[in-house]
Amino acid sequence: MNALAWNRFQFGFTITYHYLFPQLTMGLALLILLFKLIALKTKNTYYNDAARFWGRLFGINFAIGVVTGIPMEFQFGTNWARFSSFAGGVVGNTLAMEGMFAFFAESAFLGLFLFGERRFGNKINLLAAFMVFFGSWLSGYFIIATNAFMQHPVGYRLASDGRLELVDFWAFVLNPWAIYEYLHNMCASVVTASFAVAAVGALYLLLGRHQEYGKVFLKMGVVAGLVSSLLQVFPTGDAQGKMLARYQPPALAAMEGAFKTSAHAPLVIIGQPNERTGQIENPITVPDVLSFLAYGSTRAEVRGLDSFPPDQRPDNAIMAYYAYHIMVGLGTIFIALMGLSAFLLWKGRLYTSRALLWVLLCSFPFPYIATTMGWVAAEMGRQPWVVYGLQRTAHATSPLLSGGDVAFSTLGFMGLYLVIGIVFLYLFCRELAHGPSPLTATGEAVVPESGTAVTI
Amino acid sequence: MATLWFALLCLMLIVYVVLDGFDFGAGILHVWVARSDEERRTIIAAIGPVWDGNEVWLLASGGVLVCAFSRVYAAGFSGFYLPLMMALWLLILRGLSIEMRSHETNFLWRSFWDGLLFFSSTLMAIVLGAALGCIIRGVPLNQTGFFEGPLFTDFRVSSHPGVLDWYTVLVGLFALCTLALHGALYLYWKTAGLVQQRCRAVAPYLWGIQVVLGIVTTYATNAVRPDLYVHLVARPWTWIFAVTILLGVVSLPITLQKERELPAFLASCAIIVGLLGATAAGLYPTVLHSTISPSYDLTIYNAANGTSTLRIALFWWVPAFLLAILYFATIYRLFRGKAELDPTGQSHYG
Repeated sequence: MNALAWNRFQFGFTITYHYLFPQLTMGLALLILLFKLIALKTKNTYYNDAARFWGRLFGINFAIGVVTGIPMEFQFGTNWARFSSFAGGVVGNTLAMEGMFAFFAESAFLGLFLFGERRFGNKINLLAAFMVFFGSWLSGYFIIATNAFMQHPVGYRLASDGRLELVDFWAFVLNPWAIYEYLHNMCASVVTASFAVAAVGALYLLLGRHQEYGKVFLKMGVVAGLVSSLLQVFPTGDAQGKMLARYQPPALAAMEGAFKTSAHAPLVIIGQPNERTGQIENPITVPDVLSFLAYGSTRAEVRGLDSFPPDQRPDNAIMAYYAYHIMVGLGTIFIALMGLSAFLLWKGRLYTSRALLWVLLCSFPFPYIATTMGWVAAEMGRQPWVVYGLQRTAHATSPLLSGGDVAFSTLGFMGLYLVIGIVFLYLFCRELAHGPSPLTATGEAVVPESGTAVTI
Repeated sequence: MATLWFALLCLMLIVYVVLDGFDFGAGILHVWVARSDEERRTIIAAIGPVWDGNEVWLLASGGVLVCAFSRVYAAGFSGFYLPLMMALWLLILRGLSIEMRSHETNFLWRSFWDGLLFFSSTLMAIVLGAALGCIIRGVPLNQTGFFEGPLFTDFRVSSHPGVLDWYTVLVGLFALCTLALHGALYLYWKTAGLVQQRCRAVAPYLWGIQVVLGIVTTYATNAVRPDLYVHLVARPWTWIFAVTILLGVVSLPITLQKERELPAFLASCAIIVGLLGATAAGLYPTVLHSTISPSYDLTIYNAANGTSTLRIALFWWVPAFLLAILYFATIYRLFRGKAELDPTGQSHYG
């Protein structure tokens, strides 16, 4: 691998690993806030205990998200110096705003949320929960706005020194691409969190422990999961696809496996793309649907990869195709699973349907996969550009950095992240084994004696 | 406009060092001043709820650096690639050790994270000092506006230095001592009992070392970058930083003697603010000095982003900064008084 490949691999690896944590954090922040609000309204203490229990898991998850997030900002400078130098005058704004508007709110109040319930009472705890939610969702917006500029640059001017400068703040911050990408992305994190909450609920019911809490978790997980999986497809996913058709037709062609330009373009449900022959092998397709989805008319012409010069096409169209199809396929399954669960919940049979509980328990990893694949599709689709149409990825790296240095640090990150992952899983499982617990009369959380904790 | 952004960036970095500096100091000192598990938990309870917010000043400063001087950010960060990666790993380990230790009561588990907190805080304090040393000494920027620097070469201050040479190591040790003292005084203010007594006992020694190292570093800086002092002498308004340092250095042992906790900590803050403020004022208008030729220097004139960017950024920076101050005032007020331990011993921090 050359330096460019190592740089891309390192960024891909560190950001994919990092984003496993914030996607749960952001979705969970909303669900914790809902738990707290329901508790306040119904005076049902189970919901308060649920908020505290998920708050503890949130704390562990958040900590890993913070520490693995630190390298991300610095990698723009260390590995992608020519990108930073070129585009820093624009994307520096959202990077700095993320720190100043979002991280300050989030980090300052997280300590309060985790540490302060006993000391400061319920009201302050609710405020802290809200600020953490607000901060984490705001942070998501700024980072998506940064990415959206790279996908669809707006509000900039090319200055005389060949670097970008920001001229229209609102056009940049309210980039239509950013708004749809943000909504799509945030729905995805609620899906991830809903599946996690539902899976833990299913776990407790299957184990026959903490059953009242298990039911609360399942109710929240299934309802939030159904709503968010539906919103994920329409309108957010649909709108995102139309943006792609309009502004990044080569990326759309790659993701959909459209090798040749055609009117009445069919939607490829499944099949193996073959770049040499320019065909989808063993395909299952639905006629006209791609034209309709992309342009609102079954007769619309969808440009295929062959209509773009080779240096304008994604350099790994096959990966974009598979990533995109895995994302869409999983998203469809999520709706079916959550729809069925919600139906049984409504009929009052969910808590006793052991087979379905098993499925819910085992399905929590799949939203992570779907989200990751969505990002892979978006980032692979944007290639060969780092800032679409303005700077090529190959011209974005640090000029004096050797591939060996990046390989070394990549291995360092992999080793460190492996250890972090093990510590995280250990602590997460430990909290799950402890389970939720009520506050005692003295206002202290009842926690099982250490050392006697039941392991799952 | 570029001057204003230089000042704002320095302000944010100074706030970072003052705030996160005591977290590093507490991490360095805790192995000596806290001996039992309960005492260790007191330390974590004193820094746990605030360390993450403090560290955000570093991330936010990084963002502002990209926004206002992206060429400096690009050159500085890519030039010291491997040393920076290792600094990032240390920051990761520091954060983990604070967050993870109290989740498990096992003795070995806690000792492991305590040791890691000491290790990462100590090295990070030296790294921060060495980084400051590099900025003062300069880096081998060439005509492309980039450079490539190893971790160390032959430890001499030459035109092609690494991160570590005798000068930057000296600044690193000075930073280690300064931040350790800063942490001692923070804990002296925020804790009670044995931990507080030990912090009070160790502070005068650290103060003595700090004064000696400070004088040596001042002489060394004059040898490495004499123009820094020429700038300072020529700009009388910068003498306020010298006065601040002196006030801090003199009042620190006096307040400590009188057992006035917060003033002693503020004296240490004054020393840090004065030192960094004077350095920034002396460097201005150069942001990153080239050891190869002054014509390759990155200054606020050739490294600043377009005025349109700088003007727009000011619109969001001011409200964001005020909000951040509001958040910090709220949090520090809520957690005022001595750090409290959770009686169950099972809380996230402590």
